[in-house]
Amino acid sequence: MTTLTASQTSENQNAVSALSLQNVTISYGNSEAVKNVYCEIPRGKVTALIGPSGCGKSTVLRSLNRMNDLIDGCSLKGSILFGGIDLYGAKIDPVEVRRRIGMVFQQPNPFPKSIYENIAFGARINGYSGDFDELVERSLRQAAVWDECKDKLNESGYSLSGGQQQRLCIARTIAIQPEIILMDEPCSALDPISTLKIEETMHELKKSFTIVIVTHNMQQAVRVSDMTAFFNAEAVEGGTGKVGYLVEFNDTEKIFNAPQQQATLDYVSGRFG
Amino acid sequence: MTQTLTQNQFESAPDLSYKPFHARNIRSRALTFLVAFFAFIAVIPLILVLGYILVQGSSKISLALLTQLPPPPGLEEGGIGNAIIGTLVVTAVAALIAVPVGVGGGVFLAEYSRSGWFAQFIRFGTNVLAGVPSIIAGVFIYGTIVTSRILFGSAYSAVAGGMALAVLMLPTVIKTTDEGLKLVPEDLRRAALGVGASRFVTVLRITLPAALTPIATGVVLGIARAAGETAPLIFTALFSQFWSDVLTPDGIFNSIATLSVLIYNFAIEPYEFHNELAWAASFVLVVLILALNLFSRWLAGVAAK
Amino acid sequence: MSDPDSRYLLRSRTPAEKLVDISFRYIAIAMASVVAIVLFSILLVVFLGSLDSMARYGWQFLVTSDWNPVDDQYGAGAAIYGTLITSLLALIIAVPMGVGAAIFITENIIPRQIRNVIGLMVELLAAIPSVVLGVWAIFVMEPFIRPGLELLYELFYWFPLFSTPPMGPGTIPAVLILVVMILPIITAISRDCLNQVPTELRQAAYGVGTTRWGAIINVILPAAISGIIGGVMLALGRAMGETMAVTMIIGNSNNFNVSLLAPGNTIAAMLANQFGEADGSQVSSLMYAAFVLIVLTLCVNIFARWIVKRLSLKY
Ligand SMILES: Nc1ncnc2c1ncn2[C@@H]1O[C@H](COP(=O)(O)OP(=O)(O)O)[C@@H](O)[C@H]1O
Ligand SMILES: [Mg+2]
Repeated sequence: MTTLTASQTSENQNAVSALSLQNVTISYGNSEAVKNVYCEIPRGKVTALIGPSGCGKSTVLRSLNRMNDLIDGCSLKGSILFGGIDLYGAKIDPVEVRRRIGMVFQQPNPFPKSIYENIAFGARINGYSGDFDELVERSLRQAAVWDECKDKLNESGYSLSGGQQQRLCIARTIAIQPEIILMDEPCSALDPISTLKIEETMHELKKSFTIVIVTHNMQQAVRVSDMTAFFNAEAVEGGTGKVGYLVEFNDTEKIFNAPQQQATLDYVSGRFG
Repeated sequence: MTQTLTQNQFESAPDLSYKPFHARNIRSRALTFLVAFFAFIAVIPLILVLGYILVQGSSKISLALLTQLPPPPGLEEGGIGNAIIGTLVVTAVAALIAVPVGVGGGVFLAEYSRSGWFAQFIRFGTNVLAGVPSIIAGVFIYGTIVTSRILFGSAYSAVAGGMALAVLMLPTVIKTTDEGLKLVPEDLRRAALGVGASRFVTVLRITLPAALTPIATGVVLGIARAAGETAPLIFTALFSQFWSDVLTPDGIFNSIATLSVLIYNFAIEPYEFHNELAWAASFVLVVLILALNLFSRWLAGVAAK
Repeated sequence: MSDPDSRYLLRSRTPAEKLVDISFRYIAIAMASVVAIVLFSILLVVFLGSLDSMARYGWQFLVTSDWNPVDDQYGAGAAIYGTLITSLLALIIAVPMGVGAAIFITENIIPRQIRNVIGLMVELLAAIPSVVLGVWAIFVMEPFIRPGLELLYELFYWFPLFSTPPMGPGTIPAVLILVVMILPIITAISRDCLNQVPTELRQAAYGVGTTRWGAIINVILPAAISGIIGGVMLALGRAMGETMAVTMIIGNSNNFNVSLLAPGNTIAAMLANQFGEADGSQVSSLMYAAFVLIVLTLCVNIFARWIVKRLSLKY
C-alpha cells in the first residue's frame, strides 16, 4: 500500500505517465471518429473514459494496444507514447505491444478451451517458464474468481456464468503480466452483483497495474477511477457523421464536482442531450 | 509481481520493435507465404481452364456452328445447334418439375412444420439426396422411366433427362426456399395472421414475396448446375444427330442432343473436327453457366440492398 | 357506414377459402414427401436391380476384380479400390491447400478487394461443369504433366505405386482433376466457417498478444474445425461420386493395377461407360456397383453431419 500513497501524493502526474496521446486522430475509412486527442494517462492509477455512446471511447481505447489494426480501414494520425516510444512507429510489432498492454472486452470472450487453458494459453505464448499451476491459481485469485473455478479447472470456460467469464477474462489478462490493462465497458453485459465484484477486483488490481477503463456508468467511474476523461461528439460542417473529441481530462473528483467545461457539467449532472 | 510500481518500469525503454528473425516471426512469415501460394494454386486452374476454353472455343464460334447439325464422323462441316436447343429444353423440363415441388417442400418445412419429426426427417432426406452422386440419378431414371417405357412408350427422352436433372435440382431448391423463408422476420408473419389472413394467404402474399430474391438466387444456381450435368443424361436423354421438334410431343419424348453429352461424346472420339466441336460446345456451355452464376450473384446483391 | 352489419360481412370465411387453405397445406406436405419418395425409390430401384448379382457373387463381388462381360463374370474390386484411392488421394492434396487458401482469403493478409476477387474465382471454378474439366484434362493437363509422370516412372519404377510406364489416361491424372474439382468446395466451406468465428474470439487471442498465426492455429482454426471437417467430408462424398471428368481421364481399365500411373477405374466411371450398352447380368452387376457407391457416399455424408454436430457440442 505504501507505493500507492506514494504515487497518489506525487504532484507531477506527467512524470509518471504510462501512455501519452499526442494529437491523436483516428479514422474509419475516410470518416474521422475521434479528433485531436491530447492526454497523459498516469501510471499506477485507474483512468476512466466516459461520454455519450458513439463518441469514440472504444476507438481510443483500442488504439492504445493497436487492436484497431484488426479493423479494415482504420487508421491513426498523431502518436501514442508508451515509455517514450511511439506505439505507431514504423518498426513497432503490434504483437509486442499487446503483450505489454492487455485488454478486457465488453462481452466476456473466453477461449473455447478449459478454464486452466484459458489462463495458461496467453502466458505460454508469452514465454512464461514458471509453474503454470501456480500462475493459474494466482491469476484466478487476483481476479476474485478462484473459489468458483478451483473445482472445475478442466471444464470449458463457457461453463461459467457471464460475470465469472468476465473475471476469467480478467485473470487471463493478468496472467500475461502486462503493464497496462485496458477494459472496454467490462460490466455492461453483467448483472449488478457481478459488476460489484469486478469493481472490487479492480481496486485490488490497481495496486499492480495501470488501468484504463471505458464506462458508460458514471457511478462506476466515480467508484473506481482516479482520473476521468470526458469525451463528446459533435457534428462537423460538411461531414456526414459526428466526430468525437476529448472535452476535459482531470481528477475524477474534479470532473464530477467542479468541471471546467459546461458540456462536462451537463453530462455528469444528467442534463445531457 | 505486486510491487512493480516501486521501480521505475521505464528506466530503459521497452523494446517493442518488430524482430524479423525472431522464431515466431519467421514461422509466421513462412506460413503466410505458404497459404498465399495455396490460394494462388486454387485460382490457377480456373484461369487455365477459362483461358483454354476462350482461346480454343471462341475462335471456332460462328453462325454456322451455332445453327447446324453435328456432322457424321469424318466429315468436317457442321455445328452444335441441336445440342444448344436440347440443353435448354432438358434444363427447362428439370426446372418445371423441380421448382414447384422444391418450393412447395420448402414452404412446408419453413411455414408449417419447423421442427416436427416429419420436417426433421425431410431435412435429413434433402441433405442425403443432395449427396447422391449425379450418375446415380441417371441410373435411377433409367431403371424406372427408360426401361419401363412408362412415358407414352418412349425409352430415352428429353423428359426422362429432365427428370434425372430434377432429382439433382430438388434438394437445392428445397434448401434455399427453406432458408430464404426462415430469414423472413417472424413479425411479418404475425402481422399478416393478426389481421386475419389465412396461412395460405400469408405464405403466398407476404412471406414468399419477402423471400423471393434468396429463393430466386438459389433456383438460378440450381439451374446453372443442372445445365452442365452430363452423367445423368448419358443414358436417359441419350443423344441425337438430328433436330428435335421440341414443341411437339414427338420431340420431347425422344432422345435428344445436349451440349454436355455432345462434349463427352466428341471429346473422346478420334476425329479432330469433333474434338473442335467439343471445345466450341464447352465454350458455349461455360458462358451460359457463368452468366447464370453471375446473374444469381447480382440477384443476391440486389437482395442485400 | 350506412348499414352497421355490413362491416362484419368479411368475418366468416367462405368454405372455398377454407378449402384452399387446407388443401394448400396438404399440397405442401405432398411436395415435401417427394424428397422421401425419390430417395427411397432410388435405394429400392438400385437394390432390387442388383439382387441377381448379389445372389450370384455375394461379398466376393466387392473384392474380386474380374470384370468380364464376355464370360459373364463380374467383380467390382478394382472399381471400388479406384473410387477409394482416387478420392482419398485427392482429399490429401486438396485439404491443406483448400484450408490454406481459405485462411489466406479470410485473415486480413491482403486488401479486401483482392480477397473478394480470389473468393469469386474459386466459386466460379466450382461452377465449371465436370465434363468441361474432362475435356481440359484430356487435351491440356495430361499432355502437360506427362513428362513429369515419365520422370516419376524412371526414378521410382521399382516402387509398386509407380511401376508402370505412363501412357496417357491413368489414376494420377484422375486424382489431379479431382483435386481441381474439390478444391473450391473445401475452400468455400472453410472460408464460410472461418468467417463465422466470432470477432470476440479473435480479439481475445490478439488481446493476449498472439501473432496472427498463433491466433489462427490455437484459436480460430479450432473454433472452425467442426464445420471444416464437415466440408471436407462433403468434398469426399463428391469426389467418390464424381463421374465425367474422371471417366474421361482415368482410362477405364477393368483390370486391377496397383500402379497409380496405369489406367484405372471407379464405380461412377464404370457406370457411365457401360450402363447404356449393358444388358442381362451386366446390368445387375452394374446396379450392385451403384448400390455400393450409394452406400459409400451415404455413409460419408451422414458421418459428415454427425461429426459437425458432435464437435460443435463440445464447447
Ligand atoms: N469497426 C468500425 N468500423 C467503422 N466505424 C466504426 C467502427 N467502430 C466504430 N466506428 C465508428 O466510430 C465512432 C465511434 O465509435 P466507438 O468508438 O465504438 O464509440 P463508443 O465506444 O464511445 O460508443 C462511431 O461513429 C462508430 O460508428
Ligand atoms: Mg464502445
